[in-house]
Amino acid sequence: MDVFGRSNLLLRRSLGVIVLLCVTLIIVTACGIGGTTTAKNTGPIKIGISLSLSGDFAADGQAFQQGYQLWADKVNASGGLLGRQVTLDIVNDASSDTQVVTNYQKLITIDKCDLLFGPFSTKLTKPAAAIANRYGFALVEGAGGGPSVFTQGLNNVFDVSLPVANNLVSFTQLILSLPANERPQTAAYATQDDPFTQPQIDLAKQVLEQAGIKTVSYTVYPAETTDFTPIAQKLLSAKGDVVVLGTLLQDFTAFATAFKQQHYNPKAIVATAGPDQGDAFLKAIGGATSAEGIMVPNGWYAQQTTPGNQEMVQAFLKKYGGDISAISSDVPEGYSVGQVVQQAVTKVGSLDQAKLIQVLHNNTFTSVQGPVKFDNTGQNTAIQAFLFQWQGGKLLPVYPASSDPNFKTPEYPRPNWP
Amino acid sequence: MSLILDAVITGILTGGVYALMASGLTLVFGVMDIINIAQGALVILGAYLSFVLQQQFHLDLFLGLVITLPAMFILGVIIYVLFIRPLKHDRTMLSILVTFAIALIIEGVLTIVFHTNTRQIQSPYVTQSFQIGDFYLSYIYVFGFLLSAVLLGALYLLLYRTKFGQGLRASMQNRTAAELIGINVDRVSAYTFGIGVALAAAGGMAFGATTAFVPGSHYDLISRLLAIIVFAGMGSLGGALIAAEAMLIVENVTAVVWSPVWSSTVFFVLLVAILILRPQGLLGKLEGRKQ
Repeated sequence: MDVFGRSNLLLRRSLGVIVLLCVTLIIVTACGIGGTTTAKNTGPIKIGISLSLSGDFAADGQAFQQGYQLWADKVNASGGLLGRQVTLDIVNDASSDTQVVTNYQKLITIDKCDLLFGPFSTKLTKPAAAIANRYGFALVEGAGGGPSVFTQGLNNVFDVSLPVANNLVSFTQLILSLPANERPQTAAYATQDDPFTQPQIDLAKQVLEQAGIKTVSYTVYPAETTDFTPIAQKLLSAKGDVVVLGTLLQDFTAFATAFKQQHYNPKAIVATAGPDQGDAFLKAIGGATSAEGIMVPNGWYAQQTTPGNQEMVQAFLKKYGGDISAISSDVPEGYSVGQVVQQAVTKVGSLDQAKLIQVLHNNTFTSVQGPVKFDNTGQNTAIQAFLFQWQGGKLLPVYPASSDPNFKTPEYPRPNWP
Repeated sequence: MSLILDAVITGILTGGVYALMASGLTLVFGVMDIINIAQGALVILGAYLSFVLQQQFHLDLFLGLVITLPAMFILGVIIYVLFIRPLKHDRTMLSILVTFAIALIIEGVLTIVFHTNTRQIQSPYVTQSFQIGDFYLSYIYVFGFLLSAVLLGALYLLLYRTKFGQGLRASMQNRTAAELIGINVDRVSAYTFGIGVALAAAGGMAFGATTAFVPGSHYDLISRLLAIIVFAGMGSLGGALIAAEAMLIVENVTAVVWSPVWSSTVFFVLLVAILILRPQGLLGKLEGRKQ
């Protein structure tokens, strides 16, 4: 009898605790969401961002931070957003796709941020977008362009940059535009198993194969690979006329070094990323003569006459020094995120997230990278893809041909390694 | 066939460099029961030091070791005195936390000083190579391997042909008994930690010349080094050499014959098989290190 009485007491206490926890949860959640969407505030607008300031994506994460910061400086200097200054609440996710989830939860529920900007990479944007969606936030981003970001069925994620899968289309068009006697016969491919790189390589491979260019090697390797020697060996032994790499800077450098060591001179080398890293790329690869002829796709170049571009370039040089080759393509991607959010928020006239999502879906915006128009999934359908090539120590746009005097004739075949 | 041969040759050469990096880790565990999680970060620090000496002072990479080896030895002794010696109880477990903190501090300092841009040590013999059949062998891989052979040989002589080595091995076998016969185990431990860190400097130079690196590169590296010394048998120097060679050869051959995605898996299957048959690792001793 006593036993039953104690059980009942325990049961009642447990129920009490559960009810208390539920009530607390409801109150906390209500405060969290309500605080971010409806609070009338005249203080600064707080923008929450998780960035990879350490780990595998650290170089890109820090360049993104520069882009976001330059935009914030510009907005604050010209009177702020909705008449309020903006502050960036940046937390480090160490390139981890689990830490990024914790970070955005913290930014929304504890830091009570008013707006969210995206993290770096497709890998981290996927979970970040899901968290933002759970709390009803728009997530405008510039580096989550992999197809898997847009197949989650979310309506709150918006990528201002080039859709990733199409990145290498300009390269394949260049190859297919070559006269038949110059066109390469074979191609070798290697890519990280990353949602940013692999879809680009797979699409390029498909297009080139359909055009009769034989695949002599196709290797997928884990993103955490430390020793790239055997992968480089496979590429070397395949001796493809062109080499198409799904890399970031670290693995690209390893492959380039191996190619130099082995005196392997493909007619064209293109990489999804790495050669777009300006000075960092030149230093890693060993100077401009080693960089000559290497290609990379992108949606931006420093001389572009897009809205705000020259202003951003000048602000960068003033704040961070160096010359225009020091500007990573991550900088305009981050800056464009700010520009698009600024236009959308101004159009809405408030920080109401539901209205912001609606406006982002239904309007066309401008950015330093060019026009921005989102489709239903959040991909930018208006932006143009360019192919860039290192020529004489500068990364220059080379394809598609343009009347813009900054465009140069592509070097094909590329010169041999120094 | 030529591809497999290439994979085996580069596996042997890079395996030597990994053995050098892992030797410091296994030596420190052998003497002190300390699992030095910071060994990967110290290797990366060694790579940055060589990078600076080469970039700023145009010092030859191998000549630069005359500076980096003693500097890192002193750093190792300082780390021991400040962070490891105060650990009196539950050393093995606490050392994991403490050395992980040291790794994070090193990574943080490197990030502040060098930023997170990818670096690679540049030197003529990093890109120059010589031909064997239709395969070019890079000088840096050969020199890196020779450096590992020389340093591991020197370490062997130090351990087995000197009084300090006797004291060190006595401390490895039985710390209390070594103290009872008059060996200053504390001093031996400090020097051993210093040697372990100095070996990281040499390994770092070879690693940084063959691989592009950033301050955060130590995470992937330490997991590989730990796998090597577990495979080898914790505390076994000869085992570390065999295990490093086995790891690199198995991974390289798997990558070229099958796929790089399966490289680590095949090695870890081998590791599990060895541990089932010999729980103490290849050359580890089951009961030899009781305190």
